Amino acid sequence: MHKEFLMGNAAIARGAIAAGLNVIAGYPGTPSTEVLETSAKCNKDGSLYVEWSVNEKAALELAAGAAYCGARTMVTMKQVGLNVASDPLMSLAYIGVKGGMVVLVADDPGPISSQTEQDTRTFAAYSKLPCFDPSSVQEAYDMIGEAFELSQRLETPVLFRPTTRVCHGYASIDVRDESEYAHNTPEGFRRDPSRWVIFPRLSYNAHIRIEDRNVKLSDEFSDYSRNLIVPETDKTCRKGVVSHGISYTYVTEALAGKQAPRVMKVTTPFPFPEKLALKFLDGLDEVLCIEELDPVIERELTYICGKYHLPVKIRGKLTNDVKNAGENTCGSVAANIASFIGLELPAAEKPELAPELPVRPPVLCAGCPHRASFFAVKEAMKGQKAVFCGDIGCYTLGNAMPLDMVDTCLCMGAGVNITQGIWHTEPDTKCFAFVGDSTFFASAITGAVNAVYNQADMTLVILDNSTTAMTGHQPHPGTGHTMMGEVVEKIDITAVLHGVGVKTVETVDPLDLNASVETVKRVAAEKGVKAIIFRSPCAVIIKPEAPAVIDPEKCTNCKRCIKALGCPGIVLRDGRAAIESSLCTGCGLCSQVCRFGAISVKGGK
Amino acid sequence: MQTNIMICGVGGQGIVLTSKLIAATAVSHNVPVMSAETIGMAQKGGSVFSFLRLGDGIASPMFPEGSADILIGFEPSEAVRMFPYLKKGGKAIVNTHPIMPVTAALTGSDYDGADMLDYIRRNTDLPVFVNGDKAISDIGSPKVLNMVMLGAAVATGLLPFTLGEIEETMKSTVKPQFVELNSKALRYAG
Repeated sequence: MHKEFLMGNAAIARGAIAAGLNVIAGYPGTPSTEVLETSAKCNKDGSLYVEWSVNEKAALELAAGAAYCGARTMVTMKQVGLNVASDPLMSLAYIGVKGGMVVLVADDPGPISSQTEQDTRTFAAYSKLPCFDPSSVQEAYDMIGEAFELSQRLETPVLFRPTTRVCHGYASIDVRDESEYAHNTPEGFRRDPSRWVIFPRLSYNAHIRIEDRNVKLSDEFSDYSRNLIVPETDKTCRKGVVSHGISYTYVTEALAGKQAPRVMKVTTPFPFPEKLALKFLDGLDEVLCIEELDPVIERELTYICGKYHLPVKIRGKLTNDVKNAGENTCGSVAANIASFIGLELPAAEKPELAPELPVRPPVLCAGCPHRASFFAVKEAMKGQKAVFCGDIGCYTLGNAMPLDMVDTCLCMGAGVNITQGIWHTEPDTKCFAFVGDSTFFASAITGAVNAVYNQADMTLVILDNSTTAMTGHQPHPGTGHTMMGEVVEKIDITAVLHGVGVKTVETVDPLDLNASVETVKRVAAEKGVKAIIFRSPCAVIIKPEAPAVIDPEKCTNCKRCIKALGCPGIVLRDGRAAIESSLCTGCGLCSQVCRFGAISVKGGK
Repeated sequence: MQTNIMICGVGGQGIVLTSKLIAATAVSHNVPVMSAETIGMAQKGGSVFSFLRLGDGIASPMFPEGSADILIGFEPSEAVRMFPYLKKGGKAIVNTHPIMPVTAALTGSDYDGADMLDYIRRNTDLPVFVNGDKAISDIGSPKVLNMVMLGAAVATGLLPFTLGEIEETMKSTVKPQFVELNSKALRYAG
């Protein structure tokens, strides 16, 4: 055992490896990404199989197959990724596994970088799968091994759901030395159709078994040391506080050194530790549930009080005592508890109102090729009735002014289908769907097939920057690199599109503005489904060219470069457009936008 | 004893690295440490912060408003943004050099940081103002701003480490050819 300063996600990966992990697969998504990345970094001898799968569904199915062979497997994703993987997971809950399989789903209260505030604890109850909810980096490290043990013993996949503050929090924690690692040798696939082939009869029997197991598991979890009751220090207090995850640490901090009420921590929200809850509720009048996302604990306690006729008032989100959206903070939790137990908070001195702060919204980087792609389509479609459907990735930022080129964004791969719905309803509209290269492989190919088959009229625009930029540059099927360090044949987007029946597929460098605008005009004028691939590497991963130069003699100070592009590489200095040389990558887009030839770049297009 | 530190600034200024360096020093001196920072949408040019906590008995990587012993602000407006986290009587160490938001050119903002520095001056005792722009030009590298700020913070005596101890950690984390430059930066404002 030794100390290391680790990020929560790294701790989860290291804990899983220490528990004998054999296979890990996933799809990138904040805040889960670093679990798989750390696993790959630790895989120096190649004994662990690591892959970024094409999407979460593929990752989960692969991990299931490996677990059928007795491998210890983990699959990683963010909460919305679980929606993609839910089809196999719901069935796998009935089939079960052999080696031990942990489905790591990172939830994102806030949401800080997600489309939804869904709660994987709720999904656990829906899928009837055991769920672990770590509250700290150390607990995440220690508990992932326990999750594998439980999974292997009960032959079921289990859910492990940290939230952003655990995933991305850092702490100096106790970690095992390599000599203390467990090792698992898979026995291989043993043919047994009565076990591995799902049929209604099997599902019926499995359902009976699962319900029975979960009743027993609830009892077992009541004795699990990570579900715990902290006795009250204020013996007269007939109130209690329940929490979970990172919020539990806020509760601990809020009550440190105070006359405190009884506190319960729920680490396994499903199956709910009912007997422990009964012990906790005994003698209390009122309980405050401090949770993030869904009121899972609050509903369980309300149910238990009804079931056992307990005269305890359960409060929380459902009673408007705790806010029902967004993440908790140390401050919000301290305030919730103070008003619940009637504590006076130290009167906050009204600080002087701060001056108006400059806003720093996320924007497309200087030199980002997506800016050029959006601008080219905007120019080409000027004056025409058009709809631009966006998707999930950096390019969602194409919505910002002055580009203003994202009319819809729903979920991964949705744009290509949404645009068809719009066209079928409003056929006089030029319909565009923008999708990144990684998202294309993850979930837009089926949309392209759908469009071709059902005779839609649309332009599919692939923003191919040859990486998964948003989540930190992971490889994907089009990059020719795997997480095992292999260089493999790139899957060619043009060939894929031709293969599914898209006849016109043109590729153009978005940083060549004239060629891009011409291409868009020509391709969009065709009938049916056609595609444009804007191919230019992500500006963050290439060596920048020399910054652009503005010739003050030619510059008329019209500011078109600023107003048209909104590039962080062009700033106002003393009222005039100027190049911010620390950011400019010399992409040359502005030099093509300038009507007076005042901006030049090396090699200038 | 606990020390709560808020480090904040603009993406690309080396905030996270500064936090990591203090944390690594803590680990090597067996001081428990936790931290939390912005990750994800805040790319280059966005607001970035890092909560850093040292000492025994810490449960959460984040701390409530009004509880930072030290605020290290790499940029005036970012220091003001996170100012509510500084406790009464806490120490502010602030780089006086403003960074315009990347959208300023579009919105026509005339932000220059002066209001921010006045605000900090009015609302805290003896803030340490560091002319980061002059520092990096004196030292000759824009990459060492974080070391200059860290050095100024250590010089207040409020961190549980000496400059020498921080320097030891730095030596094991940067390439040998950059050790001298970073040492110079650490000692610049100290």
